[in-house]
Amino acid sequence: MLNRIFLFLILGAVAVFASGTIEGEIQKQPLNIPAIVMFVIFVGATLGITYWAAKRTKSAKDFYTAGGGITGFQNGMAIAGDYMSAASFLGISGLVYLKGYDGLIYSIGFLVGWPLILFMIAEPLRNLGKYTFADVASYRLRQKPIRILAAFGSVATVILYLIAQMVGSGKLIQLLFGLQYEVAVILVGVLMILYVTFGGMLATTWVQIIKAFLLLSGATFMAIAVMAHYDFSFGALFAHATELKGAEIMSPGGLVSDPVSAISLAIALMFGTAGLPHILMRFFTVGNAKEARKSVFFATGFIGYFYILTFTIGFGAIVMVYQNPEYLDLAKQAISGGYPILGGNNMAAIHLSHAVGGDFFLGFISAVAFATILAVVSGLTLAGASAISHDLYASVYKKGQVDGLKEMKVSRIATVVLGIVAIILGIAFEKQNIAFVVGLAFAIAASANFPVLLLSMYWKKLTTRGAVIGGSLGLATAVLLVILGPIVWVQILGNAEAIFPYKYPALFSVVVAFVGIWFFSITDKSESAKEEMEAFEAQYIRSQTGIGAEGASEH
Amino acid sequence: MEQNIVDKIKVNPDYQELVKKRTAFSLKLTIAMLVVYFGFILTIAFDPSALAAPLAEGSVTTIGIPIGIAVIIFAFILTGIYTKRANGEFDDLANKIKESVKDS
Repeated sequence: MLNRIFLFLILGAVAVFASGTIEGEIQKQPLNIPAIVMFVIFVGATLGITYWAAKRTKSAKDFYTAGGGITGFQNGMAIAGDYMSAASFLGISGLVYLKGYDGLIYSIGFLVGWPLILFMIAEPLRNLGKYTFADVASYRLRQKPIRILAAFGSVATVILYLIAQMVGSGKLIQLLFGLQYEVAVILVGVLMILYVTFGGMLATTWVQIIKAFLLLSGATFMAIAVMAHYDFSFGALFAHATELKGAEIMSPGGLVSDPVSAISLAIALMFGTAGLPHILMRFFTVGNAKEARKSVFFATGFIGYFYILTFTIGFGAIVMVYQNPEYLDLAKQAISGGYPILGGNNMAAIHLSHAVGGDFFLGFISAVAFATILAVVSGLTLAGASAISHDLYASVYKKGQVDGLKEMKVSRIATVVLGIVAIILGIAFEKQNIAFVVGLAFAIAASANFPVLLLSMYWKKLTTRGAVIGGSLGLATAVLLVILGPIVWVQILGNAEAIFPYKYPALFSVVVAFVGIWFFSITDKSESAKEEMEAFEAQYIRSQTGIGAEGASEH
Repeated sequence: MEQNIVDKIKVNPDYQELVKKRTAFSLKLTIAMLVVYFGFILTIAFDPSALAAPLAEGSVTTIGIPIGIAVIIFAFILTGIYTKRANGEFDDLANKIKESVKDS
């Protein structure tokens, strides 16, 4: 039965793809044959992995955590893969291409959350949890309210992130492959549903590892090809780049202009990373705390290396793509002047791949960009589905009285529903300004998920009341300040002036969350609050020593 | 975890040593990372020209470039330092604690 559905869905995906290639010829971008060939190879290989993983996914533990048997190195690669989305590859290299040094500042902000995750979160998370971070937050608190809050925070983060990924993927694929926007979004949605529903965490992890490997290899090749032109001297590369774009690209520009924005962005990126459900979930796929630590060590290395590559690639694009007539958008130049490139600044890395490696390498990088989107949406969807099935269905609705197979079935249904929701939202938001979406996802993760998780691990006096009220206040503040801020209030709603003047609300919403949790915990004199505090000691011993922690499964 | 095991581990000197050492170590590394990163980002916020100074006389490369790359490498090295000590010394202590509970 499973196999037949699988076959049917593969045929469906192929049909969607085939119809897209025919329609693609009427798009303004020419059909990119090498890219499509390589993409088909990638999809074929990953569907093969999914088939293999489906046969090994027998229990809920397999489905959520790949049986807990992933090694630290593999998980580090997968975490890095989750983090190196198409948005960060194309977006950061595009930002470096446009503004030089500012792109480096931005990428450093994304990296520095990782050491903090290692020092504070990774180990207790691994020792206390099973499938989701709500397992940890609700360890000694009341299951129902905490799970509902955590699931709400998780699903909100996942859906916002999914919207950004789906809209980005539709546009990117339209541009790279000459497919229609809707076809591209549906294709991504269908493939993602296939990977996650059948292959669970095992398939999702391996798709992520392969993609991370391809992305790092491709980016390394590009950076080396650029540097080879300058005898591997960064000085020579920068000298040429400043001749074209001026000396200001070598120093901080306007990305962070005032201290409040700077600190607020830093907090959102640091604490937001530590509150992303699809990242936190990865710590349950390894066997023990030792492997969890190794995961972060390798992930930080891969991500740091990747950012150094994107910085080099951005500068490479300045010297090889900027002002290059081959990549110039003539129609746009005729209207606005300057040197606009085809598809906008975020296409800088894609054009550079053509400049250094011709059509074939362009095809490779395009296929990798598509693979990246697929892998990231799969990880996100799995995390969202787990929050629905494990936290809401199994723990809240069934009060833990449910067998693993039933729970896994609910998780698969949730995956299909989330996939369809992602497709619908992806199409609905095509023409919308979605610049605020990822920022909002990080703000919610930093203000609702992170404070509750951190304090549940380390603060004895945390009570259910404090966590629920404080976490909700943090969530509400983050959402409200984003709506009243310059991006939504001015750019989208068209008001003259923002009520809240800063683009990033995290500094305020995170403080509100922590103060709220603190105040409503210490004033909680109920009997259950007393019990919750008494239960802290046993929890702390388990989090520190790993005694009683979940192990890897037997196969 | 039963209460008698909790009470036993709580007074175990190995456990107390583990918690004390690890808390201090994590805190130190966390502060190191925060100081370096916020030092970097606040320099940019308050005095961006500080990072715009040329690396050498007549060079277009600014000191901001090696400093930025150094922050990335610093973050990676910190994770390496923590992982090495935790996977060795701290895990050994944790295993000793586990053994002591097993005997009872």
